[in-house]
Amino acid sequence: MAKKATSDIRFAPTGMESPEKGGVQKGVDLPAATRKKHKSLGLTAQQLKDMYHQMYLQRRFEERAMQQYQKGKFGGFLHLYIGQEAISTGTVFAFNNDDDIITAYRDHGWGLCRGISANEGMAELFGKATGCSGGKGGSMHFANVKEHFWGGYGIVGGHIPIASGLAFANKYNANGRISACFFGDGAVDQGALHETMNLAQLWKLPTIFVVENNGYSMGTAAKRHTVAEIVDRAKGYGKKSAVINGMDVFSVYEKMKEIADDVREHSEPWFVEIRTYRYRGHSMSDPQKYRTKEELEEYQNIDPIERLKSYLVAEKVCNEAEISSIEESIEDEVLAAVTFADESPFPDQSELYTDMFVEDNPYFHV
Amino acid sequence: MAVLQFREALKHAIDEEMSRDERVFVMGEEVAEYNGAYKVTEGLLDKYGYRRVIDTPISELGFAGLGVGAAMNGLRPIVEFMTFNFAVLAADQIINHATKVKYMTGGQADCPIVFRGPNASAGQLGATHSVAYDSMYAHFPGLKVIYVSEPNDAKGLMKSAIRDENPVLFMESEQMYGLKGEVSDEEDFIIPIGKGKIKREGSDVTLVAHGKMYHLAVQAANELAKDGIECEIIDPRTVKPLDLELILKSVKKTNRCIVIDEAHPFAGFAAEIGFLIQREAFDYLDAPVLRVCLPDVNAPFSKPLFDAWLPSPKQIIDAVKQVSY
Repeated sequence: MAKKATSDIRFAPTGMESPEKGGVQKGVDLPAATRKKHKSLGLTAQQLKDMYHQMYLQRRFEERAMQQYQKGKFGGFLHLYIGQEAISTGTVFAFNNDDDIITAYRDHGWGLCRGISANEGMAELFGKATGCSGGKGGSMHFANVKEHFWGGYGIVGGHIPIASGLAFANKYNANGRISACFFGDGAVDQGALHETMNLAQLWKLPTIFVVENNGYSMGTAAKRHTVAEIVDRAKGYGKKSAVINGMDVFSVYEKMKEIADDVREHSEPWFVEIRTYRYRGHSMSDPQKYRTKEELEEYQNIDPIERLKSYLVAEKVCNEAEISSIEESIEDEVLAAVTFADESPFPDQSELYTDMFVEDNPYFHV
Repeated sequence: MAVLQFREALKHAIDEEMSRDERVFVMGEEVAEYNGAYKVTEGLLDKYGYRRVIDTPISELGFAGLGVGAAMNGLRPIVEFMTFNFAVLAADQIINHATKVKYMTGGQADCPIVFRGPNASAGQLGATHSVAYDSMYAHFPGLKVIYVSEPNDAKGLMKSAIRDENPVLFMESEQMYGLKGEVSDEEDFIIPIGKGKIKREGSDVTLVAHGKMYHLAVQAANELAKDGIECEIIDPRTVKPLDLELILKSVKKTNRCIVIDEAHPFAGFAAEIGFLIQREAFDYLDAPVLRVCLPDVNAPFSKPLFDAWLPSPKQIIDAVKQVSY
């Protein structure tokens, strides 16, 4: 190797310092959306309305949560899912209700989709006793285990082997359930993914690894933090794979249903990259200097909620008045949730020591 | 009473629990077709088949986490680490997930899992294969930590560990697997987690020693008896929950205590016991609590250096003499 001045040496691919020269690597390129209409996807008009209801609920819930956070109503981190709602919604509609879902810390949408009410969700954000996790989990740890949502997890990649463990138990008991693990593009770089991809393939576990590639691992564009195309990771493990347009709920629904059926039938894992975009920063403290306003606008122009709304109107599934009525009911629901959370009690001091162990009188070292 | 090797006692415990509960399964490196790196799982594959005795790749993080997920979803995994030195790779799953999932979900998910394998040093294996991890894991809320010294304890406590509804770390030693001892043949023999045992009665000084160090304490006590010093040996068996009451009762009788621990000195088990004794039995002490443990140095390979590194009966004898004024 020729000798160079040490000042010219670089390691991480650069980007943020020269956005005007195309230095900022665009997060993702979207694959084409499905052209199928709802009937050929087997979706009823009511299901479409429910999908719209769910996506709009996720959006408004988080917008209100953001306001409450900014007002200082609660602390901790707040990672918003805004922009990615088609993924949770399309998946949950495609899956059986008892299929097991687990995700990372950007988990509010997943929780709402799997039976956590706006009240329980907002109260959890506020750290209240009435929250879905009793106020002990907070934003990153929503869970509703009875409806097979195993929770959000705060350690990047930490929940990936757990998802395969859920699938292991399902295979062990031959109960016909599958599991799916959702994680961000940042988690692709964790060793836990490699180990679990290998194990799941070797043991033929009924599970789906799903990367929600929103283009950025915190402030680092996907092309700056990981090599090659993410979906190509599947090849090394002989795993079935797919790339899905995550800005379109029909595309997610169609493909995830197909994949879930295949996993259920063959008990073999899939590796799926769903490309999407998050409109907000990584968390609330993110100045977002790593991307351009234009890029953000480009995605907001293909917003999955607006897209579904246009479809509903164009296909005469709903008229404008019906849509407004759905939106208004959600507006009320979310505002009521803020009041509920605000007025709910904090957990009793005695709760500090509950939920550590299963037994009634556990040992705590003092 | 039947005389069994340590590894046989463990195997009997696992076997009995597998036969009474179909949710119990074993996984780890070489546990199935190879019959166990240290033969603890010998014969289990033949008896229970490939569904319940599962060979893993060398992927500690992956299979530990897989065990956590399986436990959350209704099974009762026994995850074998070839040594706890390798389990450091899985520490995220043990420390961040197994111990925290119940709390973070407000009690919605349980994690009844046993992580087991040999702990600490086993001769000249060099720095990375020689660390005792019981103190470190005992630091974290939500874990029960067991490090036994004899086959009878191994059997009774392993059965308790498997039945426990919480994550349990069960520690053994490569150097003890062949150790023989009398094991209760009482049907469904169980030793509760968190109960220590007075293994030698004496009136002059209390020796607290668990795991492999227990055997050093016995050697030292036998030597000291020749000089007329009678040691009382307490084997806590469970590091956490700790049977402090048993230790305090003994210290209040002997007024002196040496803690023998195979961990490094800083913030280890010995430090904790010393602190607890000064808090709870200060007025009973006739001498400072001393500890015999590893130096604050990595394990060397070279035999003379290794021998100098590992606690020895002589160090225990010296410590006892130091407090016997």
